[in-house]
Amino acid sequence: MIIEYIIPRLDFSAAGKASTDTKHRLTQLGLPPALIKRIAIAMYEAEMNIAIHGGGGRAEIEILPGEITSRFIDHGPGIADIELAMQEGYSTAPEEIRDMGFGAGMGLPNMKKNADELIIQSEPNKGTTVQMHFCLPAGEA
Amino acid sequence: MRANEIVQILNAEIVAGKEIADRLDIGTACGCDLMSDVIAFVKERVALLTGLTNPQVLRTADLMDIRLVIFVRGKKPSAEMIQMAQEQGIVLMKTRDSMFIACGKLYQAGIKGDSSY
Repeated sequence: MIIEYIIPRLDFSAAGKASTDTKHRLTQLGLPPALIKRIAIAMYEAEMNIAIHGGGGRAEIEILPGEITSRFIDHGPGIADIELAMQEGYSTAPEEIRDMGFGAGMGLPNMKKNADELIIQSEPNKGTTVQMHFCLPAGEA
Repeated sequence: MRANEIVQILNAEIVAGKEIADRLDIGTACGCDLMSDVIAFVKERVALLTGLTNPQVLRTADLMDIRLVIFVRGKKPSAEMIQMAQEQGIVLMKTRDSMFIACGKLYQAGIKGDSSY
């Protein structure tokens, strides 16, 4: 099963909807709560990044027996230095985003912490694809 | 601690989820305006105290299984936020206390939480 979401640019009423919707779907599937939270947190960070930095984009959530893969795709400015962006506290978010409680530089580190595998592909002025992989316990989903 | 006790301690007003407040059991609290930090650090049975009133506060709460959000410094959530909270089963309160005073009162009343991250 693949679920797709459109993530609008800088729409803070909508941002986070993909992650919270997926969280509720996974809850209905009966997955362990701790795993669901990991998936939802990692997805939320990726979703906010697309809304804030990526100029909008889309998310694809693929649910297979034993694994969940999420892909977040945008055609925004790309990440200039991925290694630097992975550092806790590093952020390029503008002041108005920080005023909303975001831009603490915890996004990518949080994705890495919560996903079993994180792959970031980014090219300046072409966009970014973030793929996160989650392993489910045997017999789930 | 029951959410209804928190109402007394903070002289707060429940603005959403009144019908579920008496069943809500709170173990610890997080006073924070930085939603990124809430996502990075929050644990279980948490009340979130914040001065931020944008819908992302409720998205964050929903994501982190936070069932009680307390707005400090007299901040009022919008009608949109109240509706979101009702849909998500989240209790919203508002108090005139500052963040510091509200956290201090709850700590003094026995909500201790983790000392470090």
